[in-house]
Amino acid sequence: MAISGFETHVHDVLVVGAGGAGLRAAIEARARGASVGLVCKSLLGKAHTVMAEGGAAAALAHVAPDDNWKVHFRDTMVGGKLLNHPRMAQLHALEAPDRIRELELWGAVFDRTADGRISQRPFGGHTYPRLAHVGDRTGLEMMRTLQDKAVHSDVDVYMECTITHLITGPGRIMGAFGYWRVTGEPVLFPAKAVVLATGGIGKAYEVTSNSWEYSGDGHALAYLAGAELIDMEFVQFHPTGMVWPPGVRGLLVTEAVRGEGGILRNKDGERFMWKYLPEDRRQEYAATDEEAERWVEVTAQGRSSEARRPPELSTRDNVSRAIYTEVKEGRGSPHGGVYLDISYLPAEHIRRKLPSMFDQFKELADVDITRGPMEVGPTTHYVMGGVRVDAETGATTVPGLFAAGEVAGGMHGANRLGGNSLSDLLVFGARTGAGAAAYAARNAASAYVDPSQAYRAARQLSAPLEREDGEDAYAIQRDLQAMMQSLVGIFREEADLREALGRLTDLETRWQSIKVTGGRMYNPGWNLVFELRNLLTVSRAVTLSALQRTESRGAHSRVDYPEQDDRNWGVINSVICRGPDGAMMVARSGVPPMASELRGLLGAAH
Amino acid sequence: MPDAHLKVFRGRPGEPSEFVDFDVPVEEGMVVLDALHWIQGHRAPDLAVRWNCKAAKCGSCGAEVNGRPSLTCKTRLSDFDLDEPITVEPMRAFPLIKDLVTDVSWNYAVNRTITPFTPPENLPQEQWRWQQRDVDRVQEFRKCIECFLCQDVCHVLRNHETERAFMGPRFLIRVASLEMHPIDQVDRRQYLKDSGGIGYCNITKCCTEVCPEHIKITDNGIIPLKERVADAYYDPLQWAWRKLRGREATGAGTELPVLPAPVGAPPPPAAATTPTDATATESAPAQTAEPAAAGTGPARPPRRVRTTKSARQTAGRKDAARAPRGRRDGGAG
Ligand code: SF4
Ligand code: SF4
Ligand code: FES
Repeated sequence: MAISGFETHVHDVLVVGAGGAGLRAAIEARARGASVGLVCKSLLGKAHTVMAEGGAAAALAHVAPDDNWKVHFRDTMVGGKLLNHPRMAQLHALEAPDRIRELELWGAVFDRTADGRISQRPFGGHTYPRLAHVGDRTGLEMMRTLQDKAVHSDVDVYMECTITHLITGPGRIMGAFGYWRVTGEPVLFPAKAVVLATGGIGKAYEVTSNSWEYSGDGHALAYLAGAELIDMEFVQFHPTGMVWPPGVRGLLVTEAVRGEGGILRNKDGERFMWKYLPEDRRQEYAATDEEAERWVEVTAQGRSSEARRPPELSTRDNVSRAIYTEVKEGRGSPHGGVYLDISYLPAEHIRRKLPSMFDQFKELADVDITRGPMEVGPTTHYVMGGVRVDAETGATTVPGLFAAGEVAGGMHGANRLGGNSLSDLLVFGARTGAGAAAYAARNAASAYVDPSQAYRAARQLSAPLEREDGEDAYAIQRDLQAMMQSLVGIFREEADLREALGRLTDLETRWQSIKVTGGRMYNPGWNLVFELRNLLTVSRAVTLSALQRTESRGAHSRVDYPEQDDRNWGVINSVICRGPDGAMMVARSGVPPMASELRGLLGAAH
Repeated sequence: MPDAHLKVFRGRPGEPSEFVDFDVPVEEGMVVLDALHWIQGHRAPDLAVRWNCKAAKCGSCGAEVNGRPSLTCKTRLSDFDLDEPITVEPMRAFPLIKDLVTDVSWNYAVNRTITPFTPPENLPQEQWRWQQRDVDRVQEFRKCIECFLCQDVCHVLRNHETERAFMGPRFLIRVASLEMHPIDQVDRRQYLKDSGGIGYCNITKCCTEVCPEHIKITDNGIIPLKERVADAYYDPLQWAWRKLRGREATGAGTELPVLPAPVGAPPPPAAATTPTDATATESAPAQTAEPAAAGTGPARPPRRVRTTKSARQTAGRKDAARAPRGRRDGGAG
């Protein structure tokens, strides 16, 4: 089908986003016989996944023979404060090892154990060393592998193309509308199934480890098409971002630094994490500096240790709050962070295990991490919340619309463990690709794009270019980021959240009258207009969900409700959807029930 | 702190281009990309710049800063004398799209012609074992972030010196990473010689000099490959081991696309550029670049005239497969 005036590409399955999840979904859908289009905002191979450093968690049991999917499942649920979709956490733990091995089959070259198998490193919240890795550039290795696989699988790749609208038909999805960033011309992608794999929302915040692409596109597109979002209050602040110099503020310092033995200290030299270990999990951590040191020593040799892990390897939400509190109470470093020190280990070992961290500090901050400590502080990193999906297929609540990776919700509950994202991309990328291909096969009639939707999308696309004068998109973005950082950050309270809602209304009004100068060709200021629409949408979703949840759990910390309230919130997901009047509504629903054999795995404490 | 003075190339194919001056307030630790963002946010919202990670991990932000091919996200302003202007212009080897953005789709097309990793059929994956030292070299090459700065600096591509295709340093080490994989079964030597044009490389090492990942492209990758191609060298262990098991030769006869040359533009002056002496062992990239349009504006030749349409066909659209194919005249060097 074609509508005059629009370049059109028809596919069975259209995948939006070419990071790990999108590539894996495209490969799977193609392998199952669907014709597949893969659209990305940037060039192929540049997606945010390349920035993932530490590794992909999978219970391969190469380093710790006792590891298995059941322990991985338990760690994931405990880390997520039991808000995770239990079936997703189960599938993830079960299938991650196969997905990792498959990468090796496709050419990935992971670091090795002494006996020549894929090596695994320890990470926060994981009982055993579990992360398959390649130095500290695991994401890049995964991306190259998947990219090459996709390119040789006859997937049609559309680079530097921004999807601005989803096209819907009676009761289902019919495709997507977007434009070429290079020419500014509109393009239509009729498709029987659309997979969203657009990543996260970090650009709603001022200090973030995320790239510009992380503007909540998939979250907003799904929401606008009528899908439900869940758990949007759970935004992960990674405990260790760079804090100095200002130009690199927020840049990620991989958790692998702590996995390899990095110690956190405040300005008084105190190893403060001892103070912040949650009482009910204290027995999982070393009791003394000496035990922690023994753990580092043994683990560095790729062996499993009888000593327990250091306190720095507590879950991310906990370490972030600890650092925030230390700084707030006046025990921070000169630039408002704390110290992270790995320099007590041999320089050679550090350079081999953390090569890109070594370069990053040397080149951007003039700090030699083999000789002295780094200064670090929390940075917006990941959103646990996302589009509600079916665990088996990645189907959203809109027929024909699927989601995988960071844009999907449920897998990680209230807090994600490090290393569980790369494995999530693979497991659910593959499942969602299969789900979308199956849906396309079941719905043989080709997608019908209602011309009026295409014309409306094209008009909205052009509007900011045609206004006589108006607001500057960059200024709105700066104001939004500053507002979210200060009012909807690590610690939240009712008054701030209410104020944030008011400010969002103002920003939304300003957004209506953005004027773009400079024409259609490769114009970042124009691209920002649609990203801002998406950022404003997800910011409201985060704020409304955060206001609703009157407790503290995982990554969501309320100053006015500091306790975890299991009775009222223990099995409740927040839900965001579009009301009949077009306004955003927040509601709640029960966490999907857990099969009894899974419940048994959680141990006595639960 | 004083302002930095940037001279930024602005223009599109078929229109007059210019260097535009911007004064940018400087903060400690600021990189060139921060300055470009400041310009976008405050002066020129439509300035076309590619970037993603701002952490030297994605390879999107390559440009020529004071004539040197660099990642703008790891080039610090404090490395320059801020009294002098800092010139920022797009990579010269590739066709211009707009401002600092070039059409690099040719690279994707080349990549597609490389036969991917091919494990042995009779060795089940459960039995795969190899030591860290066996893959250190492969991992070195796989660090590549595809910034294409090495492609940009390589005189063979930059000056469009050959009629026939040359895959360039990035893809030579891509092939090297496959050829040196402990269990890969494919022999790509014929392909390297006939299609990849490995003979055109005269080991100037300019590529190694600019590589932000510090990959020893020439010493560790290209030279061993050349030796293998010349059959003059067998790694006593790995290479012979694989030979004994009979590696399948593939990829020979593949056509590589030729890097599109700027339409209607004379080749840039070769005088100050890369040494062509095959025995040269080092060369400072600072010298390879032309003295950046110092001071007074666009000394840049009108070397990138492409129609919007053709830029779109190759860059905006599908990758690789649909990019134009070049001529194939058989073997090289
Ligand atoms: S050594 Fe010189 S000629 Fe050879 S690929 Fe590198 S830059 Fe090009
Ligand atoms: S080899 Fe180095 S310079 Fe060349 S593309 Fe890769 S990272 Fe860039
Ligand atoms: S922006 Fe990613 S390498 Fe510079």
